[in-house]
Amino acid sequence: MTAHTEITAEQLRERARALLTEHDPKKTERLEFLRARFDAGLAWVHFPVGLGGLDAPRALQSVVDAELAAAGAPDNQPRRIGIGLGMAAPTIRAFGTEEQKNRYLRPLWTGEEVWCQLFSEPGAGSDLASLATRAVPDGDDWIVNGQKVWTSSAHLAKWAIMVVRTDPEVPKHQGMTYFICDMTAPGVEVRPLRQITGEAEFNEVFLTDVRIPDSQRLGEIGAGWQVAQTTLMNERVAIGGNAIPREGGMIGVLAKKWREHPELRAADLHDRLLRLWVESEVTRLVGERLRQQLAVGAPGPEGSGAKLAFAKLNQAISSLEVEFMGEHGLTYDDWTMRRPDQLDFFGREAGYRYLRAKGNSIEGGTSEVLRNVIAERVLGLPSEPRVDKDIPWKDLPR
Amino acid sequence: MTSANLLYTDVEDDLRASVRSLLGDRSDPNDVLAKCESDQPYNLELWHTLSAELGVAGLHVPEKLGGQGASLRETAVVAEELGRSVAPVPFLGSTVLATSALLGCSSETATALLERLATGAITGALAVPLSTHSGAPFPDSVRATADGTLTGRVGAVADAVVAETLIIPAIGDSGPELYSVDTSADGVGVSPLRALDLTRGIADVELAGVRGTRLAEPELADGAVREALRTGAAVLASEQLGLAQWCLDETVRYVRERHQFGRPIGSFQALKHRLADLWLELVSARAAARHAADTMATGGADAAISVATAQSYCAEVAVHAAEECIQLHGGIGMTWEHPAHLFLKRAKSDQLALGRPGQHRAALAELVDLPPS
Ligand SMILES: Cc1cc2nc3c(=O)[nH]c(=O)nc-3n(C[C@H](O)[C@H](O)[C@H](O)COP(=O)(O)OP(=O)(O)OC[C@H]3O[C@@H](n4cnc5c(N)ncnc54)[C@H](O)[C@@H]3O)c2cc1C
Repeated sequence: MTAHTEITAEQLRERARALLTEHDPKKTERLEFLRARFDAGLAWVHFPVGLGGLDAPRALQSVVDAELAAAGAPDNQPRRIGIGLGMAAPTIRAFGTEEQKNRYLRPLWTGEEVWCQLFSEPGAGSDLASLATRAVPDGDDWIVNGQKVWTSSAHLAKWAIMVVRTDPEVPKHQGMTYFICDMTAPGVEVRPLRQITGEAEFNEVFLTDVRIPDSQRLGEIGAGWQVAQTTLMNERVAIGGNAIPREGGMIGVLAKKWREHPELRAADLHDRLLRLWVESEVTRLVGERLRQQLAVGAPGPEGSGAKLAFAKLNQAISSLEVEFMGEHGLTYDDWTMRRPDQLDFFGREAGYRYLRAKGNSIEGGTSEVLRNVIAERVLGLPSEPRVDKDIPWKDLPR
Repeated sequence: MTSANLLYTDVEDDLRASVRSLLGDRSDPNDVLAKCESDQPYNLELWHTLSAELGVAGLHVPEKLGGQGASLRETAVVAEELGRSVAPVPFLGSTVLATSALLGCSSETATALLERLATGAITGALAVPLSTHSGAPFPDSVRATADGTLTGRVGAVADAVVAETLIIPAIGDSGPELYSVDTSADGVGVSPLRALDLTRGIADVELAGVRGTRLAEPELADGAVREALRTGAAVLASEQLGLAQWCLDETVRYVRERHQFGRPIGSFQALKHRLADLWLELVSARAAARHAADTMATGGADAAISVATAQSYCAEVAVHAAEECIQLHGGIGMTWEHPAHLFLKRAKSDQLALGRPGQHRAALAELVDLPPS
C-alpha cells in the first residue's frame, strides 16, 4: 500500500466492524480477539501492513479504538505494557530486521510478552552514554556482564531493550550496541527496589554471563546510541503525550474532590486550583497539537516539552490535593511493599499521588536533562564544554 | 521597631550541641528509617534521655512549675535539631502542645500535671487534629457533662499513641472547657492512623463517656488552646528550618560527589543556582523562625504577626528543600532505602500541621490590615 491510497476513516470503521462480526468479542477469548485485531491491521494503524497496521495516518487510531470500545471489545491493557508499546515497538520498527519485527511485535502488542527497559545503571543515569555493562562476542553470541537499575516492570517482563558497551576503546557514544535481552535467560537476576511510595515498581537487574544470540541485536554493532535515541524520544512522548479529555489526568481528580467537598474549600486554594486548571487545559492542547504533528511525521525534540509539563503539573496538582484534604491529607492509604503490575495513579489516595509524582521528573530523563535538550536541540544553544566526549570510554574519569 | 534577638545565644549553642551529639549517636536518619515500620516507631529510650536527662521537656516551663525556666527560644532550638534528624519522639505533642496548653491554666490539677510533663515523668498530647489552626473556633467534637463525663471523637491527634495523658478541649454546659484523662482509663480509645509522616504518629481519639479531670473553665480554656496552637506554630517553624537544613546539607554533599558527564553534577550551573536559591530561602527561614520564637518568648505585641509570617514562610521552605533533595538525588531519591523521603513526608505533613500557609496568610491579612476585599 502506498501513501497515495491512504485509507480513510470510514474504511477503517468498516474494517473494525468486520473484525467484530468475524470475532464477536462476547464469544471470543480475549487473547484470540487481540491477535485477530493485530492480524487485521487494527492494532496500531500507522504500522506497516503485516505488522499490526495498515500504513494509515496515526491520527485515525482513535476511530478504530472508539468503534471497538463501543462494541465492548477487550483492549490490550496499554498501561500494563507501556514500555513495550511506547518504547520497544517504535525502536524495533525503526531498526529491527524483518525477522525481528515478525517475531516480537505481535506478542508485544497483545500483551502476551511484557517488555522492560535495561538502560540506567548505578553509574549512568542522566549520562546514559557512560554505561559500563559489557558485552563481548562469543561465536554467534554475546556474553553480557553488568548491573542495571531502576528497571520498571523487570519482574513481569519476558523481554528487555538493553544498551551495553561493546567497545571500551572508543569514545563513549561510539562503543555501545543495542540488544533485546531475554529476561528469563540464565544469569538474569531481578531484585525488587522499594520506592518512597512503599511499593516496588522498579528493580535492580544483575547480569552475569548472560548469553544473547547475535540475532537479538537491534541495529549495527556500535550504533547503540543512535538506536537508543529513538527509544528515548518515544519514551518522552509516551510518558507525556497521551490523548486526554478536558479535566482528564491529575486535574480531574482534584476537580472532582473540590466539587464533592465544599467544606474544605478556601480562597487561597481556589486560586491555585484555577491556575492549575488553566495550565492543565493548555498542556492538554499542546499535547493535542503534538499529536497532530506526529500524525504527519516522527516526534521531534518537542516531545521533551510535553513530558516536562506533565511532571510539573502532576507534582503541583497532587501537592495541592494533599493540602486540600486537610486532616485527611495527614494520612496515607497503604505502605505495604508490593510489586504492582501497573502504575495506578488514580486508584490510590492523594498522598500516593504526591509521592509517586516525584518520580515523574526523574524517570525517562530528568527535567533538568530535558531542559538541556530543549535548550540545545530546539533553541540551538551551545552545549556546556564537554570533558568526556572525545576520549576513549575506558579512560573516562569516574 | 524590632528589638527581638534573632541570633543564637551561647547557652542555645551549647544546648544545640548536646542535643545534636545525642541525636547523632542515637537517632541518625538511617536508624530512624530502619525503625519506622517496626511495632514501636517511636524511639522512647531516646525520648527518656532527652526529656528526663537533658531536660528538654520543660525548657519553657518556669522553674517553680517544675521546668527549666528557660524560654521558647530554647525549645525552638531543640525543635530545629529534632527536625534535622526527623527523630521520632513526642516533642511537638507533649512538650510543645500539651505543655503549652497547661501553661494557660491556673488550676492546681493543671499545675500538678504540668510538673509531671515538664520533668519528663509522663508524656502528653493535646487532643486536637494536628491540622488545626490557632484561629479556628474552639473544637466542639467532644462534649462534657456537668460532672466532667466526656464523649466524642478527635481525629489525627499528634503523638497521642505514646501519650499517658490527654489534654482535651471539650464543650461543657457553659462553653469551652479543658480536661485531662489518662489514656489507660476505661472508655478511652486511641487508634493509630496510617500517617503520611513516618516519623510522627497521629491517632484517632475516641471518648465513650470517660470521667475527665477539669483543668480550666470557660474564661481560660479558649485562650489556653489558642495559645498552645500558636506556640506550636512558632516552634514548628524551627522544626521546618531544621528539616530544610538537613535537606540542603545532604544535597550539597551529594552533588559534589555524584559524577555524570565526567564531572560532579554540582558543577552544573543549573543545579548550583537552584542550591544557591535554596540557601537563600534557608537564610530567610532562619530569621523568620528566630523572630517567631523570640517574640513568643518575650510575649511581644508582634508575636501573632511573627508566628503567622514564620509558619507561612518556613512551611513552604521545608517542602521545597525536601522536594529538591529528592529531585537532585535522581533515582536514588525515589528509593525507600535513602532517608530523603522521611524528610519529604515530614515536611509535607508539617505544611498541613497547625494551619496551612494559606490559613496563616489569611490570619496575617487581618493582623496587618490588608483585607482581601
Ligand atoms: C520511577 C522511576 C522509574 C524508572 N524506570 C526506569 C526503567 O524502566 N529503565 C531504566 O533504564 N531507567 C529507569 N529509571 C531511571 C531514570 O531514567 C534515571 O533515574 C534518570 O535518568 C536519572 O539518572 P540518575 O538516577 O542516575 O540521576 P543522575 O543522573 O545522577 O542525576 C542526579 C541529578 O543531577 C541532575 N543532572 C544530571 N546531569 C545534569 C546536567 N547535565 N545538568 C543539570 N542537571 C543534571 C539530574 O537532573 C538529577 O536531578 C527510572 C527512574 C524512576 C525514578
